[in-house]
Amino acid sequence: MQMTLWGTRGSVAAPGPETTRYGGNTSCVSVEGTEGTLLVLDAGTGIRRFMATIPEEIWRVDILLTHLHLDHIQGLGFFGPLRHPGYEVHIWGPASTTLTLRERLSRYFSPPLFPVYMRDMTSALILHEVAEDTFTIGEFTITSALVGHWDPTVGYRIESSGKTLTYLPDHEPSLGTKGFAVESNWISGFALAQGADLLIHDAQYTAEEYKTRMGWGHSSIPDAFQFAALAKPKHLVPFHHDPTHSDDELDYLFEQQMQSTKPAFKVTPAAEGAVFEIC
Amino acid sequence: MSQQEIETILCRHLASHLQTPVFLVDPEGNLLFYNEPAEPILGRRFAETGTMSAAEWSTAFIPTDENDVPIKPGELPLSIALTERCPAHKRFWIVGLDHSRRYIETTALPLIGQAGRFLGAVAFFWELHD
Repeated sequence: MQMTLWGTRGSVAAPGPETTRYGGNTSCVSVEGTEGTLLVLDAGTGIRRFMATIPEEIWRVDILLTHLHLDHIQGLGFFGPLRHPGYEVHIWGPASTTLTLRERLSRYFSPPLFPVYMRDMTSALILHEVAEDTFTIGEFTITSALVGHWDPTVGYRIESSGKTLTYLPDHEPSLGTKGFAVESNWISGFALAQGADLLIHDAQYTAEEYKTRMGWGHSSIPDAFQFAALAKPKHLVPFHHDPTHSDDELDYLFEQQMQSTKPAFKVTPAAEGAVFEIC
Repeated sequence: MSQQEIETILCRHLASHLQTPVFLVDPEGNLLFYNEPAEPILGRRFAETGTMSAAEWSTAFIPTDENDVPIKPGELPLSIALTERCPAHKRFWIVGLDHSRRYIETTALPLIGQAGRFLGAVAFFWELHD
């Protein structure tokens, strides 16, 4: 499978001269299978640029939402295929304990947040609620599981041809574990990430920032590395960069982390436009 | 070991941050965790007891009522929360694993997660002093 990063930023888009290399768009990743199936992981502002690359022969797109915070759905309203009768758009994501996925998404697709209602989307729109599930889309087998973040949030483990991609963009597995000093089955997201060929994981804060943001639902860079050290992926892609961190700061932070931990796995901090072949 | 559900993980997180004694069991009633404040009441550290089956914990603490009559396992608040999936509350006596008799009050709640998944039950309890 081939994976492309279209948005790597967390919380809010952060365009500007200081973020040109890692990118300013919020979470969006596309995954193309060997048989042409196209998945989109989250619909942050990065989905706008992805949209322009959809091959003409593709008529079905599956968008897998981890959760419904604005930085992960803001691009939905601008996703052209939703307004095109020729497309079949499947949106997968978590319901809440009281609202369906449709009801939750409709809060965004309605004034004053957005001028167009979801019922006015002219594509074939099919919604799928996911929590602890395993399902198939084309050549992909996908496992979802609820993970530690604010509001119902899932992570995804995507498998095809014996290769595995795990997507945990908003995740605070260290919360309450006192340095992960518990058995691995007590660590949120561990089963999704274990032994993945490539792990995309939240690495929003510095260790210093995390001290005052504990419980906000995100990981520090050291915690992302420690989680990966336990889950043993082959390749870690730290993701969901804090909007206040410039390219130069991210270079410094990841270089420091690499030097201090010397991880056994490959590390490539997420940068907008980066393409990964998982084969 | 299978991956614990996120709600169960968060419940343990919560328990590990509370001063209120907490006792957490899975859908079969197997003890998953009790927190530090529960340890002096139950008379042993969780690290020493580890997990216990429902049959073990429901009798190990020798629960009795105010008239010293043994309480059947199925009448304990945690058992009721598990089997009837509703909250339950009771005052009763136990004998801790340190052989000390203690009077406790317990409120137990079923844990029902997203999409109605039954995840077990949790008991909040405290020792009553005359």
